[in-house]
Amino acid sequence: MPQPAAAPSSGRLHFPHRHLTGIEGLQPHEITFLLDEAEGWIELNRRRAEPDKRLAGLTQINAFFENSTRTLLSFEIAGKRLGADVVNMHVGQSSVKKGETLIDTAITLNAMRADVIVIRHQSSGAVRLIADKVDCPVLNAGDGSHEHPTQALLDALTIRRRKGSVAGQRVVICGDILHSRVARSNILALTALAADVRVCAPSTLMPAAIERMFVTPFTDFDAALEGADVVMMLRVQNERMSGGFLPSNREFAARYGLTEERLKRAAPDALVMHPGPMNRGVEITSAVADDKTRSAITEQVETGVAVRMACLDVLTRSARGVEGWA
Amino acid sequence: MRPLAFLNARLVCPAGGEREGALLVVDEAIAATGTIDIPSHAEVIDCNGAHLAPAIVDLGVRAIDLPAFHAGGIVRVGLMPDQSPVLDEPGAVQRAALIGRPDLWIHPIAAATRALAGVELGEMALTHAAGARAVGTGARWIADSGVMRRVLAYAADLGLPVIAHAEDGGLTGNAVATAGETATRMGLPSAPSLAEPLAIARDLLLAEETGARLHLREVTTAAGFKLVRAAKRRGVAVTCGITPAHLLLSDIAMSDFRTFLRLSPPLRDESDRQAALAALADGTIDVLCSGHDPRGPEEKRLPFADATPGMAGAETLLALSLGLVRDERLSLDRLFALLAANPARLLGVETGTLEVGRPADLLVFDRDAPWQIDGDRFRARAGNTPFDGLPVQGKVVQLFKGGRALA
Repeated sequence: MPQPAAAPSSGRLHFPHRHLTGIEGLQPHEITFLLDEAEGWIELNRRRAEPDKRLAGLTQINAFFENSTRTLLSFEIAGKRLGADVVNMHVGQSSVKKGETLIDTAITLNAMRADVIVIRHQSSGAVRLIADKVDCPVLNAGDGSHEHPTQALLDALTIRRRKGSVAGQRVVICGDILHSRVARSNILALTALAADVRVCAPSTLMPAAIERMFVTPFTDFDAALEGADVVMMLRVQNERMSGGFLPSNREFAARYGLTEERLKRAAPDALVMHPGPMNRGVEITSAVADDKTRSAITEQVETGVAVRMACLDVLTRSARGVEGWA
Repeated sequence: MRPLAFLNARLVCPAGGEREGALLVVDEAIAATGTIDIPSHAEVIDCNGAHLAPAIVDLGVRAIDLPAFHAGGIVRVGLMPDQSPVLDEPGAVQRAALIGRPDLWIHPIAAATRALAGVELGEMALTHAAGARAVGTGARWIADSGVMRRVLAYAADLGLPVIAHAEDGGLTGNAVATAGETATRMGLPSAPSLAEPLAIARDLLLAEETGARLHLREVTTAAGFKLVRAAKRRGVAVTCGITPAHLLLSDIAMSDFRTFLRLSPPLRDESDRQAALAALADGTIDVLCSGHDPRGPEEKRLPFADATPGMAGAETLLALSLGLVRDERLSLDRLFALLAANPARLLGVETGTLEVGRPADLLVFDRDAPWQIDGDRFRARAGNTPFDGLPVQGKVVQLFKGGRALA
């Protein structure tokens, strides 16, 4: 039976971090290590082989302070495939006095002796705040506009699998860069792996000094697409397309929607990606999204589970007493 | 009360410079300095070469926190109007003005507009009669330029300075950081630093036109200092202040999401900090204040953007300021102009120098005594200092209000 790469005896040297709060702070070889680990799980998941229950007996709590369907599901499946007891905690923002509950929740989760906690929160930096208060590993499933590291890892892995390598690929990230944690984590991960990253957004949705993150900013989507190997479209929240940041969603579609016509500017074998959920007909047309030769959107979902399995496995190795990870 | 003679002191006076000497206090006021005749029944304090300066007048504190002020060498404060209730009516002002006496003299800054809402004029004459020494916009900006113009014009009639918060609220919105690399990397809501000069430019033009005295509580940007510098040159009655945080820290310090670094105005980038140091050196900055705003864990142990802005600054103001002197950013006597004489003049109180006749509000300090800033050991109501762990030099040895030693 094929197994994911066996843990080397010097495991801690490959990944010396207790938590995964962001891509920031990870060395390129540490990112590659996680991708390699995830690669093994993809094969295993496809074969539907004898399950590997290495997290059996461990409790994984998914504490989601912000609504999510797919990320929560992905983490739940990842944990269950590894045999963990997965508990989902939905903390609707309306029902809580946010700050107080955040710290109290962290203390409560800790007292329940969770073995790994997955957190999504609407405020940047919130996951790190909780990570400081608990004894077990914490995985960031998205904090405000800050980071969404597993999304960036799954995107990098998808690119690597389809293109052979991330290094040297011209990647265009287009959409609401200002409010996007997906964009930030992807910028960090892809530049660390030596991709040539372009970001594209209207100036109202472009963060200040973004070029300081080693990317090239564009406001003209057609220019950004020139010669692109990968086109990553981001979802634009509807409330931002009603006059605050953008005049309307149809104007956004006209300037930044990814159509078949527009995609011709990219490399002939350019890969189309989207973290989901898509606004079909706004940032991406159905024809592009559903073109199996170009679109990696469903594959991203598959890689997502594998990446989360890898992260859950790696972060709990120390507690599980895996050799070389003590 | 017996006369009090300070001997072997290093006198630091914003009006008279720095010199060795003695100081005599009679009837709660400074009676002589330099070489003095010691009355036979006088109480004698040997300063052993320590510095003797006017006690600090801290303009624009957010909370009444007596132990922290005394630990910091502060005997008078200008209290911000954003209290609960807001200092917008004579009763609240009078109560605030008297609550600290005799150990702490609180000079309330009355709300320039009712409830600080920026719509209707506050009762400036009545609150002034109740003890207010200035009117202010609090931690907020008056968006309506018509209202701001009337505030300045009306305050000018009464001879009251207007203390303004200079940040264009339309630009700042819900921002908690200055737009730039740090805020972008952290994914925090941010506003361009332009929000400050934009607000300053308007207020300066209005002050110039109405003839009002305008004090910008905190100026923190290169463009802001440029505007203030030019206005002063034109003869506009404008002054401005800053806290040590904006002189010593730039926004990169927020990188670990530590909410003690969440300030209003937010920390700026390094070029603005350098501009602030230059403005300190060339005299553009008139007032150095603590911005004292103790906030406990329930307001600070939160995600960065959800935390309340503010720092407990009273106990670190002196040591951090002395660091600026040690770095040769300014002289010791000018430091005390910024800490005492200028804020006193702004509030119209006769203190802040060692001139004969002034109230004996005195601070004896050891300029070099080393210590390490530790928020947990603050006497303040909360230890939210952005300087936690920083080694500093300079300690309060003794503090006097009207010639009376404070514990």
